[in-house]
Amino acid sequence: MPRSFTPKVVTANALLEGDAVWLTEADTWTRDIREAEYITDEAHADIRLLEAQARKHEIAGAYLAEATAGAKGPEPTHFREAFRTRGPSNYNHGKQAETQSRT
Amino acid sequence: MYTYTDFDEAFVRTRVAQFRGQVARRIDGSLTEDEFKPLRLMNGLYLQLHAYMLRVAVPYGTLNPAQMRQLAYIADRWDKGYGHFTTRQNIQYNWPKLRDVPDMLDALADVGMHAIQTSGNTIRNVTADHFAGAAADEIEDPRAIAELLRQWSTDHPEFQFLPRKFKIAVTGAAHDRAVTKAHDIGLRMVRNDAGEPGFEVIVGGGLGRTPMVGKVLRAFLPKADLLPYCEAIVSVYNLLGRRDNKYKARIKITVHENGLEKMQELVEARFADIRDGFTGHDQALLAEIEAAFAPPAFVTKPTDGYEAARLANPAFRSWSDTNLSAHKAEGYAIVSISIKKHGATPGDATSDQMRVMADLAEQYGHGELRISHEQNVILPHVHKSDLPAVYAALREADLATANIGLASDIIACPGMDYCALATARSIPIAQEIATRFDELKIEHEIGQLKIKISGCINACGHHHVGHIGILGLDRAGVENYQITLGGDGTETTTIGERAGPGFSADEIVPAIERLVTGYLSLRQDADETFLQAYRRLGMEPFKAILYPREDKANAA
Repeated sequence: MPRSFTPKVVTANALLEGDAVWLTEADTWTRDIREAEYITDEAHADIRLLEAQARKHEIAGAYLAEATAGAKGPEPTHFREAFRTRGPSNYNHGKQAETQSRT
Repeated sequence: MYTYTDFDEAFVRTRVAQFRGQVARRIDGSLTEDEFKPLRLMNGLYLQLHAYMLRVAVPYGTLNPAQMRQLAYIADRWDKGYGHFTTRQNIQYNWPKLRDVPDMLDALADVGMHAIQTSGNTIRNVTADHFAGAAADEIEDPRAIAELLRQWSTDHPEFQFLPRKFKIAVTGAAHDRAVTKAHDIGLRMVRNDAGEPGFEVIVGGGLGRTPMVGKVLRAFLPKADLLPYCEAIVSVYNLLGRRDNKYKARIKITVHENGLEKMQELVEARFADIRDGFTGHDQALLAEIEAAFAPPAFVTKPTDGYEAARLANPAFRSWSDTNLSAHKAEGYAIVSISIKKHGATPGDATSDQMRVMADLAEQYGHGELRISHEQNVILPHVHKSDLPAVYAALREADLATANIGLASDIIACPGMDYCALATARSIPIAQEIATRFDELKIEHEIGQLKIKISGCINACGHHHVGHIGILGLDRAGVENYQITLGGDGTETTTIGERAGPGFSADEIVPAIERLVTGYLSLRQDADETFLQAYRRLGMEPFKAILYPREDKANAA
């Protein structure tokens, strides 16, 4: 029996900065996974990935990442994807630092 | 030290200009990522988890003060004020922006440095004994040969698309500090019966998913034959090495599948074919390079001040006991600066620390610095009378940790905090282990112990050759850490043996503590190191410590 489809987000690295970005429903790239389009349909996921990959002068390395629905939007399920939303654990660098400076 | 000729300078500048154009074409959309990727990798630029990463070659781990200061400047101007020294004697910047990279490369070229062939299926930066030119047990300074190999391998037209990456390490000493038996080619300087220096040529070593100890391809190779012989090896590998499966493409697999004898036959035949093409230009060049590596003008002066400081200051005594090594010149010592402060990231130095080390090298160290594969910085030539002043300056800069070779002097790859290939984190495990041993205050009692951590099977953290190796894996979406024991990266290279099931991130530090305190009660006396005790007793008693019976009963 084929495995049932689990929800996804489209993610990539920004071309200029190299950091993690997620594709929104409005076809923009966000640095906050909670603003990403939460994809529950396999065929739609495939199309969105193809569309993301076509935007090659904005990003590199687009792929579908596992996600789950949180109170404020999609959340990562795997620790690797969780690290991508924050940054490294040895310094306050990357997204975790940027989030603090915004609030 | 070798300084760039006009040829080197022009070559590197041309390459930077080419890459500047390639970056511009990537940004304006005329190059796709698939087209750009091999070009950026040729210039040491990776795309990692959170950012780009620029890997800069530190040829055979040698730097002069101006270069170290420039590395600090680059860290401040285009990165986050620090750099990460790697297990291949290189330095990595973790946060460059794509647009800035050509400027960073130009800044490197200003001090005779580059990032060429720090990635891709080419001959990578040639590494060397980090005590080269200073070690008391050395036949000759191996860096002249390493520089010759660098010039030969850089942009070598035949070797830009090898089946897989290719790493060469060189040592001139009897005690192997360069892990030569875990390299594609390892070169160990030896003397023949007539007393002439030459090389034992080791081939097919490597770590990664299929760890292998290198095998001796030629027991004695005259120095003059080195370049044609290495060219013969790489040339044979280039044709014979597998290209159908990247996991079977390294020369260690080629040697394993074809056998050492077949390799010897093919290499000797190829060597015979090409030997005459090397008409002596390489030897003329080598003579010039050797002159550039002439030893500094060592001075003779009293060492009373050093002895007095050792008596007066217990902290200085402790540091000088652990962080100094025997130098070949009378009155001198080799200083290892620990970049492993307890709780800090192994191998990370701030720009301020880099400048302090550059100043110390200039003032007290005959203008030389080395990066070790163990992720520390070396001042190879310091007179003992200057050690109290060097120590005081290091203390000011938070660089005086007295732990070289001890439990907290841990090698760790960047792991999943940075690396896109990683399956688990390495850095926090290293930080926690070092912090724990510092709390226990037992690492001096434990003595020589090499703990090495890799965050994936590729083994950048050399876990296979750690006395205690830790391998971070992803087990069903959770970080899990496997322990190997009895590894050794010296002239008696041994691949560590897996102890048993892995530990969770919460369990791994207590497991290591249990193992090491358990060793203290197993050892014959205080002089028996962890590795010696393991070799005497075998896996069983250590396994019993790691996996106590009651745990098994609880789990059942």
